[in-house]
Amino acid sequence: MITIAGAGVAGLACAWELARRGANVTVFEAGAAPSDNPCSWFAGGMLAPWCEGEIAEAEVVHLGAGAIKWWQNITHVETCGTLVVAPPRDRAELVRFAQRTDHHQRIDGEALARLEPALEGRFGQALFFKDEAHIDPRQALIDLTAAVQTLGVDIRYDTMAPQNVDVDCRGMASGVPGLRPIRGEMIVIEAPDVTLIRTVRLLHPRIPLYVVPRGDGVYMIGATMIESSSWRPITVRSMLELLGGAFALHPGFGEASVIETGVGLRPAFADNIPRLTQQGDTTHVNGLYRHGFLLAPALAGQLATQFFQEKTYENQSEWADA
Amino acid sequence: MQIYGTQITSPLLLGTAQYPSPTVLNAAIKASGTQIITVSLRRETANGSGAGFFDLLRQNDCHILPNTAGCHTAQEAITTAKMARELFETDWIKLEVIGHSDTLQPDVFGLVKAARVLAADGFKLFPYTTEDLVVGEKLLDAGCEVLMPWGAPIGSGQGLRNPNALRAMRAYFPNTPLIVDAGIGRPSDAAHAMELGMDAVLLNTAVAKAGDPVGMARAMALAIKAGREGFLAEPMERRDMAVPSTPILGMADLG
Repeated sequence: MITIAGAGVAGLACAWELARRGANVTVFEAGAAPSDNPCSWFAGGMLAPWCEGEIAEAEVVHLGAGAIKWWQNITHVETCGTLVVAPPRDRAELVRFAQRTDHHQRIDGEALARLEPALEGRFGQALFFKDEAHIDPRQALIDLTAAVQTLGVDIRYDTMAPQNVDVDCRGMASGVPGLRPIRGEMIVIEAPDVTLIRTVRLLHPRIPLYVVPRGDGVYMIGATMIESSSWRPITVRSMLELLGGAFALHPGFGEASVIETGVGLRPAFADNIPRLTQQGDTTHVNGLYRHGFLLAPALAGQLATQFFQEKTYENQSEWADA
Repeated sequence: MQIYGTQITSPLLLGTAQYPSPTVLNAAIKASGTQIITVSLRRETANGSGAGFFDLLRQNDCHILPNTAGCHTAQEAITTAKMARELFETDWIKLEVIGHSDTLQPDVFGLVKAARVLAADGFKLFPYTTEDLVVGEKLLDAGCEVLMPWGAPIGSGQGLRNPNALRAMRAYFPNTPLIVDAGIGRPSDAAHAMELGMDAVLLNTAVAKAGDPVGMARAMALAIKAGREGFLAEPMERRDMAVPSTPILGMADLG
């Protein structure tokens, strides 16, 4: 039997990859439900490896390339791409973003309006990453939980993991050396007057943000990245900046209702690249930073190949194409 | 350059925000050869809660210069400075009181007020100010021994918007260390500041947001060194007309 600590997206993805290869897996989760994993529960759910390439290392883009196919086996994936826009006076940010990323096309205001009629006349230029996608991370977590249980995985909620587990996916709680927390704050709004079907990123030199549609007029706005271990609720400053950015994207958001805010402390290594590390008999899957849903599949794949010695750890591209 | 009794040999001060990762930041610090790194302290990172990131910074053998970035009132800046002193165990503070949220230009009234209070409390102040001579005088009067005039708005990368005023500042404060803070975009901007006789340059975004931050850190260090040596070597005066660089004397007599 293989034991896993943590039933957030990383732990569940590992359970799935191990169980589908025939392993007998038990997952220990200190919380009572999927919603007790703040990093996963408050995630954006963007499967946007190329956009992330603006700031992330090439390895993150590479590892994330297979995520869309992976999630399509688990949950509903909205494969309608990502739009990146900037206010006219921050046009330089769009130029920079285009230089730092690939897999996008530059489109004009008319093409933008065809994709997202709500943005007609608001931006003269945009970048369209047509191969990107997004999921509802909460539904995805619930679907992934059900999927691993169907494979026979035993998920024990309200249960502390024993001292020695085979796989530790508990993020900051794992105490892996070299990890640091990066606080992320998010807001969920209900805006019946605004219809966007795909993720839109608004570039701004100080407050870049993304708006991810959750359907039925609900949008998730995120997310801050603050070097802090504080769990306190979202600050007024962050809320002002995020909502101010959303209002700049579309004034219709001014009439929206704020229905939820959330905070998560995302674990990151110094290079912001996730990895498997070994401590005694335990393999740690950690450091997923702001890329939990994007990179958990690749890390889980690495873990499974390590356990079953199917392929070498380095040979990830083969997995990504599988 | 002597600042508050500390000998500083690298005329480049580097900010630590906005890098792709702490690993890249640390590599950029090394490539720049800087001795002083600035660290922004937001309220949520106070009380040691930003410990992970700060521990990574402390691995560098640099003086940490905490700053009060994002403070909009003198009182906020004073409170932040006191938190920073406890957290980083240093009485150095880069004093910023922001007056306008779009241009991030300093509120010089709040700045002088905060400088008075903090200097009396024993802080060694690095005030982020404009090129205004009167404000500079008031800051020195308040107890500052360094002035940090802006080159252009923070993060704008415009280079020196008002080189004549910076030149005047150099002439007016011949014995005060002057550090151009903010607005540097390219290595040539940094060299320009040093050619004007500035003692050092503080930059952050130009390196952090470059395609290759480590390469840009190295380029900035080289430019700053070139600008400084150029200043010390006393550049020629500009002229309106050409002057032949080939001497007439000794020309072959073909007649």
